[in-house]
Amino acid sequence: MKIVIIDDEPLARGIVKEYLAGFSQAQVAAECGDGFEGVKAIAQHQPDLIFLDIQMPKINGFEMLELIDNPPSVIFTTAFDEYAMKAFEAHAIDYLLKPFSKERFDKAVNKWLGQKHVQLPEKLSEDAASPESQNRVVVKKGQNIVVLPVQRIHYFEAFDDYVKIYTTEGFYLKKKTMSFFEKRLDASQFVRVHRSYLMNLQELTRIEPMEKDNHIALLKSGARIPLSQTGYTKLKSVLGI
Amino acid sequence: MGATKQIFFIAAWLLWTALQFSVMMYYGISARESWMDASITSTMLVFAGYVMITIVKYFRSSAKNAVAVLVTALALAALTDGVLYSILKVLPSSTDYQLWLDKTLLIRFIFIWLMIVIEGINGWLFFYIKEHQQNEMREKETEKLMREAELSGLRQQFQPHFIFNSLNSISALAGTNPNLARKMIEQLSDFLRGTVKKESNLLVPLKEEFNHLELYLDIEKVRFGHRLITEVKADDAAMEMKLPSLLLQPVLENAIKFGLYDTIGEVVITVEAKVDQNYLVVEIKNPFDPASAVPKKGTGFGLNSIQRRLSLLFYRNDLLTTQQNENTFTTTIKIPQR
Repeated sequence: MKIVIIDDEPLARGIVKEYLAGFSQAQVAAECGDGFEGVKAIAQHQPDLIFLDIQMPKINGFEMLELIDNPPSVIFTTAFDEYAMKAFEAHAIDYLLKPFSKERFDKAVNKWLGQKHVQLPEKLSEDAASPESQNRVVVKKGQNIVVLPVQRIHYFEAFDDYVKIYTTEGFYLKKKTMSFFEKRLDASQFVRVHRSYLMNLQELTRIEPMEKDNHIALLKSGARIPLSQTGYTKLKSVLGI
Repeated sequence: MGATKQIFFIAAWLLWTALQFSVMMYYGISARESWMDASITSTMLVFAGYVMITIVKYFRSSAKNAVAVLVTALALAALTDGVLYSILKVLPSSTDYQLWLDKTLLIRFIFIWLMIVIEGINGWLFFYIKEHQQNEMREKETEKLMREAELSGLRQQFQPHFIFNSLNSISALAGTNPNLARKMIEQLSDFLRGTVKKESNLLVPLKEEFNHLELYLDIEKVRFGHRLITEVKADDAAMEMKLPSLLLQPVLENAIKFGLYDTIGEVVITVEAKVDQNYLVVEIKNPFDPASAVPKKGTGFGLNSIQRRLSLLFYRNDLLTTQQNENTFTTTIKIPQR
C-alpha cells in the first residue's frame, strides 16, 4: 500500500514514518511539507492512504482535499483544532492528536486496513470550516493553485457540477455546490440573489428594474446579475432598504 | 466626635460669645448680663449646630433634600429660640435687660436660623465631599482590579498548538536522537517556567526578555527545521532598557505564524531593538504574501491583545504600529522609559 505523508514539520513526518516501519506492506511514496506538494504527490503516486496535518503553509489540510477530485483515504494528524474536531468525529476514518502513541497509531492504521478504500465522505470537507476558509477560497487553474481572498471575488455562478468564481482576472472553476459557498462565507457580505448566483455586496453599484417584476444587479466590473423574487427581497433586507 | 470637630465647635463658641458680648456692651447692657446672655446663646447655638449636622448626615445630596435641610433648620431655630428665651427670662436680671430680651426675640431667631443653616450647609458639604471621595476611591480600586485581571489574561496567551506540537517533536526525537529530545524538554520546561512565574505588570530588562525569546525560538527551530531563520540584534544600550515582561514572545509567535503559514520555503524573521530618545523601539519583521493575505483593518493579525496590554500599562494607543511593505510585514513597538 502506497502512503503519502503531508505535514509541515519534518519531525512530525519522521514519527509517522517511524511508526509505519511496523507495517511491512506500507510503502511511503512521498513526504510533503505543504499542501501544494501534497496535491502534486497525490496526483503522481495515487496513494491508498495519506496522513494529513491541518495547519500548514498557504493552504490547510481541508483546502488541499478540496483540490483533489478523488481523494484517497485520510488519517488526520493534528495538534489541536477545535474547528475540525466535530467534522472528524462525524466523518473521518480516524484522527490522531499529536503527540500520539505507537498503540494509538497502530489502531488507526488497522482500522483503515479493516475498512480499506472507504472514500472520504464529501461532507467532511464541507463541515470542516476552519477560520481561514471564511476568508479565502482555494482554486486550481491548470497546474497552479491559487489562494483567493474573498475580497477579490465578484460573484459565484452555478455551472453544471461546478461553480464559476468570477474575479478581476477572469473566472475559476471549482467542483462544489452553490450552497457550499453560501454556507461557508459571511452572509452579510455574500448574498444568494438567485438560484445560480451568489454575489459579493461590495461589488454592487446599482439595482435596476427589468421588464415585469424582475430586477438585475449591476456590478463594478460591469457584470449584470439577474435577481430572483426571493433574491431581490433578501438583498433588500441585507442592505437595509 | 473627632478632634478637629471639637476644636471647630469650641472656636465657634468663643467667637460667637465674644461677638455677642461686644455688641451687647455697645448697646449699654451690663457686663454680667451680656456675659450671661452671650455664653448661654452660643452654647445653645453650638448644640443646635451639632444636632443640625447630625441630621444632615442622613440626608443625601439632592435639590429636594436642600429644601428639607432649610425647613429642618427653620424648625430647629424656632425651638432653640424658644428654649433660649425661656431660660434667659427666668434667670435673675434687670428690667432694662428683660425689655431688651423681648425686643430682640425676632432678630435672635433670624440669627440663630442663619447660623444653623450655615452649620447645616457646612456639614452637608463635608459629608457630600467625603462620600464623593469614598466613591472615587472605590471606583479606582475596582478599575485597578479589573485592569490587573485583564492584564494577566492578556499576558502570554501562547497557543496550545505550540505546546502539543513541541511535545510531538520531542516524541519524534526520543526515538531517533534522545540527547536532542532531552535538550528540547529542558528548553520547553525553561520556557514554560518563564511564562508562569512573572507578574503581569512587571518591567524587565530587554536582555532578560531576549533570553526568554531565545528559548522560544530554539524550540520553534527544532519544529520547523531549516525553514525558520531568525536574526535577533540589539544595541548594548537597548539591552538594559525595560519593557513589560513576556511582551515580545506573542509578537514573535504572530510573526512566525504569518511568516511560515503565508509563504513557502525559507522564512527569515528579524528582531531589532534600539534606543530612540526616551523610548525602547523593537522592530519585528516577517515575510508575507500580499496576494493571498487578507487585508485587515487596524493592526489586525492577532496583535490586538498586545495593543490592549500596552494601552492598559501606559495609557497610550500609539505604541504598537504595523506596516506592510511589498513582501515584508513590520511590527514596531515603542516602550516609554521612565
